[in-house]
Order: sequence, then C-alpha cells, then structure tokens
Amino acid sequence: MTSRSVDAALWYLGRGSGVVSLALLTLVVGLGIVTRSGRTLPGLPRFAVSAVHRSASLLAVTFLVVHIVTLTLDPQSQLRWLDAVIPFGSHFKPLWIGLGALSLDLMIALTVTSLLRQRIGRRVWRTIHWAAYALWPFAMLHSIGSGTDARRMWMVWFMVACAVAVIGILGWRVSPDFLDDRDRVAGTKLPAPRALEMTRGGR
Amino acid sequence: MTRLRIDWTACDGRGLCAELVPELIERDEWGFPLISDAAVPPGVLVHARRAVAACPRLALSLQAENA
Amino acid sequence: MTAMTQTMTGNYTGNYTGNEAAGGLIGPQPAAVLDLRGHLAQHGQLPSLGPHDVVRLARDAGLTGHGGAGFPLWRKLEAVINSGGRAVVVANGAEGEPASAKDRWLLTHRPHLVLDGLQLVARAVRAGDAYLYASERHRGLDHLIAERRAAGIDAVRVERAAAPDRFISGEESAAINSIAGGLAIPSSKPPRVVERGLRGRPTLVSNVETLALLALVARRGPAWFRSAGTADFPGSMLFTVGGAVRHPGVVEAPHGTPLTEVLELAGGPTSRLQAVLLGGYHGSWLTAEEAASAAMSRSDLAAYGASPGAGVVVALAEGVCGLAELSRVMTYLAQESAGQCGPCLNGLPRIAEQVRSLAFDGTDAAVFTELQRLSGLVVGRGACHHPDGSVRFLRTGLRVFADEVAMHLDRRCTRTSDDRVLPVRMVR
Repeated sequence: MTSRSVDAALWYLGRGSGVVSLALLTLVVGLGIVTRSGRTLPGLPRFAVSAVHRSASLLAVTFLVVHIVTLTLDPQSQLRWLDAVIPFGSHFKPLWIGLGALSLDLMIALTVTSLLRQRIGRRVWRTIHWAAYALWPFAMLHSIGSGTDARRMWMVWFMVACAVAVIGILGWRVSPDFLDDRDRVAGTKLPAPRALEMTRGGR
Repeated sequence: MTRLRIDWTACDGRGLCAELVPELIERDEWGFPLISDAAVPPGVLVHARRAVAACPRLALSLQAENA
Repeated sequence: MTAMTQTMTGNYTGNYTGNEAAGGLIGPQPAAVLDLRGHLAQHGQLPSLGPHDVVRLARDAGLTGHGGAGFPLWRKLEAVINSGGRAVVVANGAEGEPASAKDRWLLTHRPHLVLDGLQLVARAVRAGDAYLYASERHRGLDHLIAERRAAGIDAVRVERAAAPDRFISGEESAAINSIAGGLAIPSSKPPRVVERGLRGRPTLVSNVETLALLALVARRGPAWFRSAGTADFPGSMLFTVGGAVRHPGVVEAPHGTPLTEVLELAGGPTSRLQAVLLGGYHGSWLTAEEAASAAMSRSDLAAYGASPGAGVVVALAEGVCGLAELSRVMTYLAQESAGQCGPCLNGLPRIAEQVRSLAFDGTDAAVFTELQRLSGLVVGRGACHHPDGSVRFLRTGLRVFADEVAMHLDRRCTRTSDDRVLPVRMVR
C-alpha cells in the first residue's frame, strides 16, 4: 500500500466518521429527551430507551475519536492535535474547526460526568448535562462550515433531516404534555404554592 | 446482606427499576416503587446493580448490611 | 378552624404541680420570667462547666429528648462530638403540632432557661454557632438574646431563625434546611444531622424543653432530677392538655404520672370521656377505660401501642363524633405533606378522602379494606415519619372509635355536639 493510498484512506475515514458522529449525536439527543420524558418507545421499555441513549453516546464518542485521529494523521487536513481540543486556534478555518473542538470538549465533559454520575450526585450531573443542548448545534455548525461534503446534495439532505428531527423533538420537549404522568393522580411532585409556604418565616 | 434503599425525596416514580428488577420491585398505583423485600437475594444482585445505575434520579442505592 | 387553634394554644392557665421536686420548669410561680435579673435571682448563675461536665451531667441525670422521640441527650451529644469538625447547635421550638403549646409556653415564660440550655450544649460539643429555631411570633426574643450577649453570659452567639408554622417544620432535617435558607422540609437520611447537618457540619438539634431541663440540671444536679419520674425516664415533662378539661393549658408532671392525674392538673374532665389522644397527630388514641389506668411513661404506654410523645393530651368527651375528628385531622395531615415523597403526597389525600366518606357520607365496609390497603402503601415509604405517624393516628383512632364506625356503617352517628375538638391549621 502506497503512502498516497494510506492518506486517501485516512481522508475518507475522517470524513465518514464525522458524518456518522453527527448522525449518532442526533439520535442521542432524541433518545435523551425521550428518556427525560419518562416514556417508552414502541418496542422499547424505559430502561432500554435510556440504555440505547447511553450506548449510542458512547458509540458517538468512538466515532469522534476516529474522526479526530484520522484527520490529525492526515497531512491534507493540516490539523494539529491541539486544534482538535483547544477551540479557535487552528490556522485553517479557525471558527469552524473551533466549533468542532468545542463539541469534543463538551462531549468529554458529558461522558465523564455521566460515568461518574453516582459519585458527583444528581444536581451537578444534571447541570452539566444541559450542555448537550449546546453540543448538538456546535457539531452541526462544524459540519456545515468545515465539512468537505457539506455542499453535496446527499449531505445537505442528511443535515436537513438531522435538523428537522432535533427541532421537532425540541418542540415536543417544551410542550405542556411532555412529561409522562402515568397513572399518578396528583401529577408532579412538590406543588409550588405549598413549597413556598414552607420557606423560612413563611406563613 | 445487601438491601435496596430508596431516597423518597429523589424518586419520581419513573419506573426503570421495576422494569429491571421485577423480582423485587413493583410499582404502586402512582408509579412509585414497591419493594417486596428490601433484602436482595444473591441471584438478583446483578439486576439490582443495573437498576441502581439506571435510575434517572439516582434515587436507588444498595446498602451492605450486617445480618 | 384557625379560631380553634387560638382557643387551644392561646390559653395558658399556668397550671402547675406546685412541687419543686417534680420538675421546676413551671415551678411555684407560673408567671413569665423575661428579664435577665429576675431569671438569675430565681435560678442563680449557670455554673461554669467544661464540655465533658455537660455530657456527664446529661448522662447522670438520664435526661432524654422532649421533642417526642425520647432519645438520651448525652448520646446525641456524643454522636455530634464523635463526628468531629466544628459543630452547630439548634434549639428547636418549631412545634408545628397544632395541639401542642408547651414549647410556645416555654419560649414565652421561661426563655432564659432555654437559652441557658442552648449555651450548655454549645459548650458540650464546642459549637461555633447556635440557633434558636422557632415561630416568627417569638421574634421578641431578639431583645433577650442581645441582652444576654451584652451581659457577657452567652459565650456563643445565638441567632434566631424563623420556623414556618407548618406541621413538619420541626423535623430536625427540616429545621436545618430552613435555617440554611431553604424550605422547611425534611431531607432523606442518611446522613444523620448529628453527622452532617447545617452546612454539612455535625449538628445537634434539641427540643427547647430538653434544653430548659438541662439548664435546671446544671444548677440543681442529677440527683435532684432523678428524684422524680421513672428510672428510665427521670424528671418531669410538660403536657399540653386540651379538649374536655376545665382548664386547658400547659401543665408539668413527672414521667410515669397516671393519665387521670395529668387531666386533673388541667382541672379534670368536664364530662364523661370517650377517648384520649396521646402524643398528638402522630400519636395514638386510648379508650376511656385504657386512659383510666394508663400512666404517662414510655414503658407503660407501650402496652397500648402509645407513647407520651411531646406531651400532647387531648380529652374527647362523649357526644363528639370521633370519626369527624379523625377526618378533619387526616385532611389536615394530608395538606401538611411536604410533597417530596410520592407515596405521602399521593396516599395521604386518598386516605383522608376515605375517612371523610366514613365520617360524613353513606358508606360501606369496603372503605376499611381500602384504608388498610392505602395505609400499607404509605407506611415506611417516606423521608420522614409523617406518613407513618399519620397512619398510627388513624389506625388507633379506628380501633378506639370502633362502635362509632359500626354506627356510621348503619347510617347513624352518636354525635350530640357539633364541637370541633382537635385544632387544625388549614391553609386557605
């Protein structure tokens, strides 16, 4: 195998793994929102929704690692290791590559805190997990701005499909019937007016 | 002896635990976990651990207890 | 119904045993002692004691907690000391129980004894911070605290923290959450507050009566304290006696005093009694026959599945519908759920609904099965004992009012009076 063909393989692998990462991240965001809703999916009980969310995100991390390793090894991309981690420092398209680096950093933060969830406690974990809502748009903008294939028709349609999926599920997330009330009679816990009366010196 | 413990202030009745350890956990009419026996038999321990890890509210824990 | 609270808790007749040896909280002079000089004239200076002296005093005296649980004070002190780190002490006068008024009586009549006791436990656990946690109506105590501080008798600065007038405000983790600026609602345990309480520090939360007694023990010695009461629970306790008695109010009597004598201290029953409630709304009902022979000690009352708790005694006269009383209180207790734990939040209102139908609607025996089932769904399934205590109140009530239940199932009621006896504090 010539060095030329190795470079070509790295180049294709780098681009392909990026696209797969974006697809997986879209899936992860969707499943994360379904997990939060407390609902099942057809054929998937609640624990499975959350398990697939977890596995898909770990898989996304794997593809992200492939994406970064191949592109830093590939001379054509002119990417340095540091550029993948420290945002906005690269010579080549600093903004768009920087958004990718930002996505990676958030991905690392989300993965580590989720693996240590039992230890750090629910509050810290949940606060950091909100960053997922920033991660996905960063990754999407990175794909649009620095993706070699971004202007190809199939890629445009693919990105539109991802965007439509995430926007749609976000719309559901903020809708009033998002939470699963199951068969609970009193609905959500800690009714706010009652809680307020229990504050310091409340009446 | 290992026992299942629920932090009731955290539990929101999401029900993942009941799906993962039906041997020990059912849900009451409001969706909250009903533990038939807090003592976890050795054979069920691995499932119980999975349920502890899966609880979205971190409300479930396993406690080693001296018999 | 707020008016009920007023008549019940606002009426301090200042009944007292008149026996110094019996306790000394109310003593021969039931009037309020608010000025520092009067307090020192009556009780003398607090002896200067080291940390170990205070723990030993509490142990030798056999002083137990008077907030309801009856746990030995010295063991709580040791638990805080053993937790290590800078400790916090809290005088708990929240008294969310509407049928109880003894903490309020102490804070309005004997505040200096409470503050003395708070300094003693602060010394025992080498606390850097001390709090007086009580209803906002006691804000006048700020003057006393400042006066004591200026006189140099309080080594540890005391801060007053307002307790919401809600049933569970006095639960110790709720007290800590409230003092920290949060909601006065319980936390899940572990960790225990003696290990990790206010701002993560080891915290002693002690009822104001316990502290006032400690202040007396420090001056008069353990032997004086043990001269009254029982071997397990020496000394005396305050009772809030209400319902069908001539002079409802706060009285003092040694542990182990026959219940009939406690009722006599409050002027005695105004008419034939059908039942007596002991220990408040997390407590237990006794029939009139049981009440005639029961003594107010933990060991004696255990035989009836009851406990003196924090000293609430309510006498229920014949002619009052016990089920209507149960219903009103269960509705109140359901309202007082903090709403944190699903079974309590969902279960108590359902239970209250069933009791309401038993008390006021045409109903059938199926209500019983349903009450059994629902009670089983809430007991032991919460961060605090609110569901457990509420169910104890209900179950013992249904036992004691069994005849009334039978009549209601037969669409009849013994009620000849529309009196509402048990006070509740309904929101809106």
